Amino acid sequence: MTTKNLICIGCPMGCPLTVIMEDGHIEVTGNTCQHGADYAKKEVTNPTRVVTSTVRVLGADIARVSVKTAHDIPKDKIFDCMEEIKRTSVCAPVRIGDVLIRNCAGTGTDVIATKNVPRAGALPKE
Amino acid sequence: MADSIYDVIIIGGGVVGAATARELSRYALSICVIEKEEDVCSGTSKANSAIVHAGFDALPGTQKAKFNVMGNAGMEALSQELSFEFRRNGSLVLCFSDEDMPRLGELYRRGLQNGVPDLRILTGKEARKKEPNLTDDVVAALYAPTGGIVCPFGLTIALAENAADNGVEFRFHTQAREIRKTENGYLVVTDSGDFQTRYVVNAAGVYADVLHNMVSARKLHITPRKGDYILLDKEAGGHVASTIFQLPGKYGKGVLVTPTVHGNLLLGPTATDVADKEDTATTAKELAQVLEKSAVSVKNIPYRLTITSFSGVRAHEDGDDFVIGEAPDAPGFFDAAGIESPGLSSAPAIGAYLAEQIAKRAGAKRNAAFHPQRRGFVKLAEKSPEERALLIRENPLYGVIVCRCMQISEGEIVDAIRRTLGARSLDGIKRRVHQGMGRCQAGFCTPKAMEILSRETGIPMEKICKNRDGSEMLSKMN
Amino acid sequence: MKQCDIVIIGGGPAGLAAAIAAKKAGADDILILERDSMLGGILNQCIHNGFGLHTFKEELTGPEYAARFIDEANALGIPYKLGTMVLSVSRDKELLCINPEEGLFRIAAKAIILAMGCRERPRGALNIPGFRPAGIYSAGTAQRLMNIEGYCVGREVVILGSGDIGLIMARRMTLEGAKVKVVAEIMPYSGGLKRNIVQCLDDYGIPLKLGHTVVGIEGKERLTGVTIAAVDEQRRPIPGTEEHYDCDTLLLSVGLIPENELTRGMGISLSRVTSGPQVDDRLQTDIEGVFACGNVLHVHDLVDHVSEEAALAGESAAVYLQKQKTSVPHKVTINAENGVRYTVPQSLDIDNMKDAVTVRFRVADIYRDRAIVVCYDGTEVMRRKKKIMAPGEMEQVILKKSSFSDFPALKEITVRTEAE
Repeated sequence: MTTKNLICIGCPMGCPLTVIMEDGHIEVTGNTCQHGADYAKKEVTNPTRVVTSTVRVLGADIARVSVKTAHDIPKDKIFDCMEEIKRTSVCAPVRIGDVLIRNCAGTGTDVIATKNVPRAGALPKE
Repeated sequence: MADSIYDVIIIGGGVVGAATARELSRYALSICVIEKEEDVCSGTSKANSAIVHAGFDALPGTQKAKFNVMGNAGMEALSQELSFEFRRNGSLVLCFSDEDMPRLGELYRRGLQNGVPDLRILTGKEARKKEPNLTDDVVAALYAPTGGIVCPFGLTIALAENAADNGVEFRFHTQAREIRKTENGYLVVTDSGDFQTRYVVNAAGVYADVLHNMVSARKLHITPRKGDYILLDKEAGGHVASTIFQLPGKYGKGVLVTPTVHGNLLLGPTATDVADKEDTATTAKELAQVLEKSAVSVKNIPYRLTITSFSGVRAHEDGDDFVIGEAPDAPGFFDAAGIESPGLSSAPAIGAYLAEQIAKRAGAKRNAAFHPQRRGFVKLAEKSPEERALLIRENPLYGVIVCRCMQISEGEIVDAIRRTLGARSLDGIKRRVHQGMGRCQAGFCTPKAMEILSRETGIPMEKICKNRDGSEMLSKMN
Repeated sequence: MKQCDIVIIGGGPAGLAAAIAAKKAGADDILILERDSMLGGILNQCIHNGFGLHTFKEELTGPEYAARFIDEANALGIPYKLGTMVLSVSRDKELLCINPEEGLFRIAAKAIILAMGCRERPRGALNIPGFRPAGIYSAGTAQRLMNIEGYCVGREVVILGSGDIGLIMARRMTLEGAKVKVVAEIMPYSGGLKRNIVQCLDDYGIPLKLGHTVVGIEGKERLTGVTIAAVDEQRRPIPGTEEHYDCDTLLLSVGLIPENELTRGMGISLSRVTSGPQVDDRLQTDIEGVFACGNVLHVHDLVDHVSEEAALAGESAAVYLQKQKTSVPHKVTINAENGVRYTVPQSLDIDNMKDAVTVRFRVADIYRDRAIVVCYDGTEVMRRKKKIMAPGEMEQVILKKSSFSDFPALKEITVRTEAE
């Protein structure tokens, strides 16, 4: 049996949740609504996060293009993912949604641009 | 073996060193200012009350009294010649109890003896008429219309620039480690070279005793005396018009409340003797004292408009007076030591005096090329819309506002970097053109100012400093 | 002089949403003035996700959220000027502007929408004692340096203030390889969202010390360490609780203040609580034809609310241009009482109001099991139970025009909290 304490992020209440896991069975207490139970179960079985960062961009007026993982990735892969993001540079132009890293850190998830970055000197005028 | 040879080496690029350099540049001498920091105006000169005292405070006959009154008298002409901000806003010394009245009278008589013009004693009512925000506890006040306020950076930088334009060399990152008497003068040993000179001017602020004691048996002893200040936003700048002092009395040594030439309201300083000559850390206790004591003079000070607090150390010499002139047992070694308040007011007069002494001793000729005028910084925010428009047509960078709070443009920042003795650090830019001195305290404009400084000087971004070496703003990115 | 129907000062989320709404409401001659080199405002540096859940029903990053509005503004052909700062605005709506291409120029506007956003409170405002070394940044400045310019501001970090920017930066710096040692919060609760506390601090084992503040700053050149201490109920440090942390960076996330220089310069009445202008239900200030929205009006937690509010300001400006002078408005003040710190709007014109008006407000403390109560001239007309309310989460009530039919001579509306 393992016990884990969490704080629910569903609303400002921030319910202190206690999760008890035993033989594949999960029991959540401390929640005041169903969201809390769902959140706790996900957190103890398969916690995932969307990672956001920036990637070096060459040939643009700005130095970095902001990026994110296209989907949430396992929490324990965050730093592997960051390593790969840090090693990457791309060339302008970049459009929102462009895939900048395929299958980042073996997560099966791509890293995509979240900002439009035109080539240097090509910023739209008024 | 000396790396260079000069007629005069001035140790210290504060207001006294800069004033002496500028006055000496009237003569045909080779002069060098050595400064341990990256810029002039980096010690006591940068953190003080920014006051040009009328001159009633010092005891008659003292060096403080003499140079203060002279410095005050000449400040207006100097501010026009060198284009720095100075304003005679008048000062009031407040008296809070009838028992203290005799001491207010004493201050008045002292002022007369020192030659301070137009002094008057006002009743509490008259004082409040003049300054409606004075508290009801004020029973009388000594009014000195010649009291003034100055930009301490503006004054120091103007003097230094003018000195440099007239041929004075400035060496930064150069700290005097040792001074040795030689046959023809002195060898100044520094961390970036040894320099032979005929004359030394010791304008080293809180370190002046250390340098003096290297060559003289008549020892000086300087205590660093720290003062904390609180600066309020421009919105509070009109809370008082004059500089408001407190007569030392039942509340102990007082603090002042004054507008600054930049339109802010300044409160302080405290006075705490510290062991470390560079202990410019404010303390909660002293900041609380500033708040408490300022409220004795002036009511309803909008403390919520505080934008920064800071601290400066003054060089207090045991003799309680300026030590000015040639050390009796060290010919050619001229002191300007123990320069605490009213040092800023006195500096131009001290500089003129020392320059004259040295020139006489050296038998120096006049520098025929000396040019007393200095062109001030272009300040767009003070220009009319038409003038501003014209300037932007000439230089579009004047149309790029970097510091929103103070409305300082990229062009002005570039000017601060490119001109004589240009800024090499963020604080250097700030002291020259006041970028980042506003209510957001450089929150918005720091990144841009760093980029401009890097672009203009070629200093890589990672090496851009707030002030001296070691104060890098960034770490290396992975 | 250039004439313009509606000038919008600020091209961030508020300005963009206001422009789009004004255009859709029939205004044609609109101009956005933006001082930065790109539209989108602060969203450009908010690269984390979590934006747009209300507006787009999906989680976007800041730049993506901004791009949706920028694209729409472009599609509608709304003109804008970048790198353009408004220096002052006169009461009769003449703007003095500056940019490098046109120099100094004036624009006469028929209506103005203030959308300049907010700024961070600096260290000085807190009177934190100590030295003044390099390495002390407001969280937003550090965020800009990292996310836009790509620089690293430090390696070992202490953060003062648990506002959302501070929390987001704790994670951001950790991801970039810095060690965030502690987040200190002077209040007994965090001003940030729960989700950010969990995902930005707990995920990375960063401790949050509530009821603590920085009492000492060490280092003459670059920061070398800070001392934090617990505070008592009056937020005064408690002697003997000091703890020292070696660090080269201190980030401050200690509050935001509306950028109210222009507002103040125009002589518009400001709220003492929000530091933004006082507005009516059309988000009109006390100068007719001058509207305000977004963080310049009051500081928001969620950009979705900014967009919604700004759309109302844009629409109101468009309506203002079309409308003939109406009868004397029936203005009712909205008072905030008993645990409600302020409301926006602060007044309401019943005759000319829309069918429903959203009144936004913040509470003064953490309240459990309390009700939000609305009264019309002392008569209770609405009561809503809340399990929890916190100062960091903006609350709202919606007042329907129909609810006023029984109160023809209404003078004041009161919004307050009551213990259940």
